[in-house]
Amino acid sequence: MCLAVPMKVTAVTSDEVVVELHGVTQRARRDLLDEVAVGDHVIIHAGYALTVLDEAEAESTWALFDELQPGDADAQS
Amino acid sequence: MPSLEQYQSRDLVAALVREIERLAPVEAPVKIMHVCGSHEHSLSQWGLRSLLPPQVELIAGPGCPVCVCPEHEVREALAVARRGALLLTYGDMLRVPTSEGSLLDAAAQGADIKLVYSPADCVRQARENPGREVCFFAVGFETTAAPTAALVQAGPPANLSVLTAHRLTPPAMALLLRSGEIEVDALIAPGHVSVVIGAEAWRPLVTEFDLPCIVAGFEPVDLLLAVREILRQLRQENAALGNVYRRLVKPHGSAKAQAALARTFDVRPSVWRGLGELPDTGLLLQERFDELNARVRFDLRISAESAEMPAGCQCNRVMLGQIKPPECGLFRSACHPLRPYGPCMVSQEGTCYIWHQYGGQVA
Ligand code: SF4
Repeated sequence: MCLAVPMKVTAVTSDEVVVELHGVTQRARRDLLDEVAVGDHVIIHAGYALTVLDEAEAESTWALFDELQPGDADAQS
Repeated sequence: MPSLEQYQSRDLVAALVREIERLAPVEAPVKIMHVCGSHEHSLSQWGLRSLLPPQVELIAGPGCPVCVCPEHEVREALAVARRGALLLTYGDMLRVPTSEGSLLDAAAQGADIKLVYSPADCVRQARENPGREVCFFAVGFETTAAPTAALVQAGPPANLSVLTAHRLTPPAMALLLRSGEIEVDALIAPGHVSVVIGAEAWRPLVTEFDLPCIVAGFEPVDLLLAVREILRQLRQENAALGNVYRRLVKPHGSAKAQAALARTFDVRPSVWRGLGELPDTGLLLQERFDELNARVRFDLRISAESAEMPAGCQCNRVMLGQIKPPECGLFRSACHPLRPYGPCMVSQEGTCYIWHQYGGQVA
């Protein structure tokens, strides 16, 4: 399944990363990553980190949503 | 960084649905196909179809690698297990029915079969069982093939072999669109397959079939953004490649994963269960890896059979978007997740399984 949620890198070893989400940590191979640093978010599939989340893109996608947010948003939630 | 909850925001979903209602054509229905079991899971789990106007139809395509794995490849795994090797595979494969029973049936009869989450688990198992043949039955699309390639490239222990059943999605979709077996107005491309192959890998389909094709993630907001973009493009009659999952999918994907795939596999014709042989859609281990290729090590000579579907199962038509699961007379009666009759009821990525769990239309 691909419902992989980005997980935060807390340590990097020679061939693995240690990642954390909601207080749960796990290890993943990092063979398929170019560069990774503590603090990055990665997605894991079949025990391998596949890619590092692009924080700038995540922010800019978010900015797009401003155009959508209706003025009465709070009233609906 | 926006949190996951924001991609599930009720306000954003409502705003996107309003835009989708505004953009939807008044009469002609729009058929949008995704090719990913996890997209189907999200759509069904969140009940997203029930939020869309009736003329916007979201259809599941052949996005379940377990469902399209042909029977003869499962029988190869059965043969390896029956010869006394320790067989390791992903959980979804255990219950795939074949004419010789499933891997789970074989385990009940004494075969040593364990499920794994990762190729890294296979290395561990091989090291813990040094005197024994250990075989990894590796199934999946590009996202899962990349870790298998990394395993091969890292030089696994000598007692570990690999039985591969990896397949490629864009060329398969191109063939099925070309043959007319799939008829849709737009595609939502799978997010994590595209992490590996890149959004650009879908461009040939946009060009050849003049279809909008949008790479999307798995949260409600991701999927609705893709639908909105598709409707915009259809309105403007301007089919283009789009990517609403740029936080994880780059135009050219992961160079490192692609290099590992290219160094490990050759692209060959491949039989897709229920869909027949599709040229250039299979990944077979290169000859220089014969030593760790289970087909060579165990001298497997099991060929594809003609009857790929259990009689009466219509998984092939479900996977092509021609019918929905409830249109199969066996759905939820003779075919049930506890007693799956066809492959689409086995895997958590199978459309019949997901529709059984969530109802498909509404959550
Ligand atoms: S309900 Fe079962 S038998 Fe019918 S198409 Fe789905 S998997 Fe096949």
